[in-house]
Amino acid sequence: MPKVMKKIKSITIDADKCSGCRACEVICSLFHASPRYSSNNPARSRIRIVREPLRDIYLPVYAGEYTAAECTGRDTYIIDGKKYDECDFCRASCPSRDLFKEPDSGLPLKCDMCEDEPPLAKPKCVEWCLNDALIYEEREEEVEEPQASPPDIEVGIEALIDKHGLQQVLDTVARMSKS
Amino acid sequence: MRYAETGFELEIDLSRGSIDRVESDPELTKLHLGGLGTSARILWDRVPAETDAFSEDNLLIFASGLLCGTAAPGCNRTIVSTFSPQTQLLAYSMMGGFWAPELKHAGYDKVILRGKSPELVYLWIHNDKVEIRDATHLRGKGATETAECIRRELKEPDAQVASIGLAGENRVFYASIEQGRSSASRGGIGAVMGDKGLKAIAVRGTKDVNVARPAEFMSLCDDVLKYIKFREDHPIPGVPAILAVLGSPQEMRIVDEEWHTTNFMWGNARTRRKDFWTHEIEEKWRETQESVRTRLIGCYNCPMKCGATISVPGQPTYMMKCYSKLTYTMAAYSDLEFGFKIAQRATEYGVDGFSAPQVMAFALELLEAGILTDADFPGMPADVEGRFFWLLDRIVRREGIGDVLADGTYWAARRIGKGAEKFDHNTIKKHEQLPLKLGMLNPVYYLMYSTGEKINITQIEGQFPQAPFPTMEEREAFVKDWFQVPHEKFKQYLLDWELRGDNSNPLYPTIEASCDIVDWQEKMHYLDDALGTCAGLSSFPLKPPYHIHNFPSFVSAGTGIDFDEAGIWKAATRNRTLLRAINVRRGMRRADDKPPEDHWKKRFPELETKLLDAYYKLKGFDSNGIPTKESLLDLDLACVADDLEQRGILGKANATSQKTPTGEAEEGKEVLSHA
Repeated sequence: MPKVMKKIKSITIDADKCSGCRACEVICSLFHASPRYSSNNPARSRIRIVREPLRDIYLPVYAGEYTAAECTGRDTYIIDGKKYDECDFCRASCPSRDLFKEPDSGLPLKCDMCEDEPPLAKPKCVEWCLNDALIYEEREEEVEEPQASPPDIEVGIEALIDKHGLQQVLDTVARMSKS
Repeated sequence: MRYAETGFELEIDLSRGSIDRVESDPELTKLHLGGLGTSARILWDRVPAETDAFSEDNLLIFASGLLCGTAAPGCNRTIVSTFSPQTQLLAYSMMGGFWAPELKHAGYDKVILRGKSPELVYLWIHNDKVEIRDATHLRGKGATETAECIRRELKEPDAQVASIGLAGENRVFYASIEQGRSSASRGGIGAVMGDKGLKAIAVRGTKDVNVARPAEFMSLCDDVLKYIKFREDHPIPGVPAILAVLGSPQEMRIVDEEWHTTNFMWGNARTRRKDFWTHEIEEKWRETQESVRTRLIGCYNCPMKCGATISVPGQPTYMMKCYSKLTYTMAAYSDLEFGFKIAQRATEYGVDGFSAPQVMAFALELLEAGILTDADFPGMPADVEGRFFWLLDRIVRREGIGDVLADGTYWAARRIGKGAEKFDHNTIKKHEQLPLKLGMLNPVYYLMYSTGEKINITQIEGQFPQAPFPTMEEREAFVKDWFQVPHEKFKQYLLDWELRGDNSNPLYPTIEASCDIVDWQEKMHYLDDALGTCAGLSSFPLKPPYHIHNFPSFVSAGTGIDFDEAGIWKAATRNRTLLRAINVRRGMRRADDKPPEDHWKKRFPELETKLLDAYYKLKGFDSNGIPTKESLLDLDLACVADDLEQRGILGKANATSQKTPTGEAEEGKEVLSHA
């Protein structure tokens, strides 16, 4: 496979600095609203703070890949005397929870690092976190040439198939195209 | 389509158990903006003037500010309003946290509660699904504990809960409504919630909050964030540490308490300890604070960290902000460790951190003076810390002497008699005030204390420095980038203000300047209370990111209803005048507009008369403090004018004012007595 240089974007999450204000959730939902910035709704955000103030748990987590099935076993972590569910760290949009799903359609959400044209200096959540709990870094890495990724529509339909089954999606499309 | 606001309110009748979703009148947004403004209009329209706080007809309104739930940083305040059992006047109190934006996301601007539930209940609002649920199993539980229980039983960790503790259930006149690190504490609104049989309101919302002109609105928000960052890097020199920065006073972050402990009074607002703060105490208090403070925490969409999680060994964790870490400490002449310990229990019980410690210190003074005796305190420990815990436990249960004290110093003093009235020396309109006793009359503070409808100085002051800068150099430096002023003349007021001589208190700021300064400070608070902006980013600190010049753009771009500076100023004036009319209709008059008698050692009755006259004139009130017909009509409040006229309040104004000597309250002139 041919090698290419790829820009890796990463966010260091310094959970110790998180104040739990949820500005990251707010600005994420605004940036991804259509038209842009027209509506705020943290339930649509691609970053969520797992937040349990009385147990001092503040954990910003980004939406990652959609998964069709939940894990069979779920572990518990104890760090500095604080108990975390394995799911607290998990980025997946998964059937076991409401996190990272569009509240209206149930379709999965995924962090896109606020890709834009022209590109932003950093993702909006990082810009709006004045407490420096989110730190953005870019670096170059040599990777294998990626295969063309499927277009958005394919990702969406795949998610619908996972959710409802292929036949139901085909039937629905057939019915809708007739009317 | 409505922007910034949802356009819907929840009407809950707790007597009948009915729930209605009602569209609000967009015309009222144009007139009163939202939050306290529109709530006040509802209270004016729907609560008859004679209604007792504990009547089924009294309303309890939980309102979000107009900009809550939008991108505007720090716009997260819940404004709770009702009529107070303590003052029988309008009571309103604000809390930050996460509750108001959550309500917006659920699709409502307000929750309006009337009637009384026969059994203890709580309200569960989840988008379009709203339920009144049994809360008998939560009876007697702490406010924080209740919130946790509700989240667990609903399996909704993201639900935001506002709840009362034992004090609210037992109608303590200074019971609070608690919500995480925030609380709406003043005026006994928790007692009204308890009287209605409502233990809590839990809310979860996943809907959009829209704005009318997104790009414009976002650029305003970005400017605010940039300026917050600038102010973080540029604290104001020459003022006490807690006044140099933005936010609610940074009590959780800052350990240096020299200013509070040596300027504010200890005990029942009694003793000033000018030499209290030493290096040793600073080290000890630092150790205490750092050992119990787990994390500094923020409210919804705000970069400030005004609150903290507090874990005292052997006690459940709780959250705190601001000055309550010192109110118990100082009332008991104790130390910071005691303050953090008792505040945990006080938060669970849900009591106001200003009033509760003062009432307890008042009780112990009466014991010392022989007005109360040991027989009134059966089984009370000998040490002062133990006594405070003992008193707190009895007050919230209304047991024995606790039942008397639960009505606050004013009413308790009158029930006890035997000269106890003299010990009630720090109330305004029957409401406990900050423990401050000063030397020279300050004309600006005289007006704010006397006339503020909030009856609480910390929610009236701001913008203008509390004391003059000693040198011209410092003054010039301060005014140089002071763009928040509504008018250039305010810079001159500050430049001319001296520590001593002709241009110092009480004659300077002049009467006219004092009225202008109060007008500005007041307007900013009325805007915050309508828009839901936190006072800590707006009306309270010096040089805030929100001000009279950017508020019109925020409201216009947010709602799509265009306001210019004159328009927004007028809306704030309208709200201020409406609040005055509400209280006037309930009997409040000029005689009630006065600070505690001993607040300043040096008083100037003639000057005070002139100050009040000039302030009333500027506000469009007559000499008795009643809004004039002309000013009401000018503010599109004809219905208010008609009502006051029908009651003979407007017509009689001049005759009454002649009979009322300024600044002296006669017994017969008291506002409505407690029923």
